[in-house]
Amino acid sequence: MNTEPRLPRAARVFVSFVALLRANNFAVAPEQTTAFLTAIELLGPRDLEDIRQAALATLAPPPERRAAFDRLFDLHFRGSEAVERADDGEDDETVRLQEEGRGDEEPLLSDDANESGLTAARTEALVERRFAQLSTTDALRRLTREAPRRLPRRRGHRRMRTRRGPFADLRRTLRDSVRSDGEILRLGHMKRRQRPRKMLLLIDVSGSMKSRTEENMKLAHALVQAAPNVEVFTFGTRLTRVTRPLRLKRREQALNAAAHLVSDWDGGTRIGDALQAFLAVPRFGGYARGAAVVIVSDGLERGEPDALRDAVAKLSRRAWRVSWLTPLATGPAFRPQTEALIAIERFVDDLVDGGSSASIVAHILALGRRRAA
Amino acid sequence: MAVRSNIVGIDSPEALEKALRAAYYLADEGLATAAYLGLALGKPLLLEGAPGVGKTEAAKAIAAVLGRRLIRLQCYEGIDASAALYEWNYPRQMLAIRQAGDESIDIYGEAFLIERPMLAALRAPDSTVLLIDEIDRADQEFEAFLLEFLSDFQISIPERGTVRAAERPVVVLTSNRTRDLHEALRRRCVYHWIDYPTAEREARIIMMRASSVAEATARAVVAAVERLRREPLSKAPGIAEAVDWAEAATLLNKGGARWPDAFKRSIGVALKDEEDLHFISPRLDAMLAEATA
Repeated sequence: MNTEPRLPRAARVFVSFVALLRANNFAVAPEQTTAFLTAIELLGPRDLEDIRQAALATLAPPPERRAAFDRLFDLHFRGSEAVERADDGEDDETVRLQEEGRGDEEPLLSDDANESGLTAARTEALVERRFAQLSTTDALRRLTREAPRRLPRRRGHRRMRTRRGPFADLRRTLRDSVRSDGEILRLGHMKRRQRPRKMLLLIDVSGSMKSRTEENMKLAHALVQAAPNVEVFTFGTRLTRVTRPLRLKRREQALNAAAHLVSDWDGGTRIGDALQAFLAVPRFGGYARGAAVVIVSDGLERGEPDALRDAVAKLSRRAWRVSWLTPLATGPAFRPQTEALIAIERFVDDLVDGGSSASIVAHILALGRRRAA
Repeated sequence: MAVRSNIVGIDSPEALEKALRAAYYLADEGLATAAYLGLALGKPLLLEGAPGVGKTEAAKAIAAVLGRRLIRLQCYEGIDASAALYEWNYPRQMLAIRQAGDESIDIYGEAFLIERPMLAALRAPDSTVLLIDEIDRADQEFEAFLLEFLSDFQISIPERGTVRAAERPVVVLTSNRTRDLHEALRRRCVYHWIDYPTAEREARIIMMRASSVAEATARAVVAAVERLRREPLSKAPGIAEAVDWAEAATLLNKGGARWPDAFKRSIGVALKDEEDLHFISPRLDAMLAEATA
C-alpha cells in the first residue's frame, strides 16, 4: 500500500541520491533528507558544487568515507562511468607507509638473520583475505566471559554517591538539612567512579604472522564486543584502523568487513614505520594516551631498528602500559634475539608469549591486576 | 522545516564569507556554506578537524558577525550537567536557612542559582552564540545529555521547573576527533570537516593576522609548516603557530638576523614539543632552505 505523498519531480533526484547512499551503508536519517532538500532550496543552486556542499553539510558523511561519498555523488549527478568499488579502504582510516628504497634491491640479511630462520619481507603484496568457517575456541569464550570484569580500569572524573568517600555531596546534604531546619545531621559523600581503561590493540598481519592472523582477528573482535573503548589497528606494509567493522556483532560479518578494509594481509613487515605512522595521525595517537597498549607481533623486521625504537619509546611514554606479545617468546627463559626486539625491550612493560590464543587472552585478562610499571 | 530569517543581511554563503572576512576570518566555500545552512536551518554547526585548523576561531568569528556574545563551554572528561547547565550555591543556601529562623524562605530562588553556559544561552538565545568546545573530550553520558538539549532546547530544573528557549539559540560544536562521536549527534547538526587551509589561503591568513609580515615571509612559513605537518610529530603546527612563527621571524629579522636563520631561531614558536624539535633539528636546515628558495 503506498500512502507516501508524491514527491515533486525536482526533488526526486535528490531523494534517490539519499537512497543510493543508504544502499552503500551510509546512515542517513529522514530529518537529514529534509534538511538536504531545504538546504538546496536555500542555496538556489547555481551549479553542482552547491549541491555537493549542501549534501556534505546536511548528510554529514564520516570524514574517513569522504572519498566514497564523493564517488557516489559523481556517479549519481554526473553519471560518471569510472566508479570503483564504493569502499576500497583507501581512505583516512588507512595510512600507507611511505615507500622507501623500493626498486633498489635490499641486500639480504646474513649475519643477523634471526634464530627461527624467518625473514621479514619488505615488499608490499596487496591481497584480499576471506574468513570462513570460524571456530570458537575456549580462549575466545574465556575472553568474552571475563573481559567485562577483568579488563584494566581507572578512576574516572564522574562522581557517585557513597557512604564514605573523599568528596562531600553538598546537594544531597542540603536537601537533607532542610528537613532538620538547616542542621546538618549527616554529610553525604561521593567518590570517583571507576571507568574502563582505554585499550589499544595493534596486530601484525604480515607474512611471518600468517598462521596466527585469523585467531588474532577473532580475539580482537571478541575484545571489541566485550569492552566499550577498545581500538584495533592492523599493520604490515600499511596501517589500518579496523575498529569500526569489528563493532559489528556477528563475527563472520565483522571479520569479513575488516578483511575488506585491510589490503596488506600476509605481506611484508615494517613495524617501525607503521608505529611512526600511527603516532603521526593526531587522533590515532590520542587513542594511546593512558591506554593499555597491546602489540601482537613477532618483531621480525628488516632494516634499521631506530624507527621502531623511537616509536615504541614514544608510545610507552604516552600509554599506561605497553605489552609486546610475540610468538617467539615461549617461556620464562626467553631472551629477545631479533634486533627489533632487543631495541624495544627497554621500553615495553611486558615482553611475553603471544604464540597462542590462550596465552594472549591470559595476558590481556591479567592486565587489570597490574599497576603501570 | 522552518527557515529562519533572523540572520539579517546575510542571504547566501558568499555574503557570510564576506562578513566573516570583515571579522578577520577567512573561510573557504565549504565552511561558509555549512555555517550559512546551520544559521538558516536553525541547526547546530558541528566542526571537526585536527587541532589548530581554526575551529574555535570560526565560532568566535560567527559570533562577531552576528554581533552576539560568545558563551564558551570547554568540555573535559567527566563534565556533567552541574558544570554545563546550572549549580546551586550551597553555602549561600545554608546561610539563608540559618538566617531565616522561623520565616519561610525559598532557597531555590534566582539568587541561589549559578548559571552555567548552556542555561545562559537558553535564557538569552537572541544575543548569544553557544560554543561547545572539544566535545570529543566529554564522555558518552554527556554526549547523550547534549543530544537531548540540542533537540528541544529546554532544561528542566527539578526545584524550579522547565526553562525553554524563546527561539533556537545559535550553537557551534567543535571536535578534534580523539574519539568517534555518536552518529545521532552528527545527524542533528550541520556538519563540516575543516582541513588545513591551502597554501594560498594560509598565506593570506598570516598576512591578515600579522600586518608586519611581508608576503615572502608568509609564503616561506606556509611552505615550511606544510612540510612539518607531513612529519610524524606529536603536535603539528596549527594556523596560530604559523602566524606566530611568521611574526617572530620578522621581529628577529628586523633585529638583524638574516633569513633563513631568523626562521631557525624562532622555531620554538612553531614546534612546542621537545621531542618534535629534537626529531626535526637534523633536517631543519634543508627544510628551511627549501621553503625559502
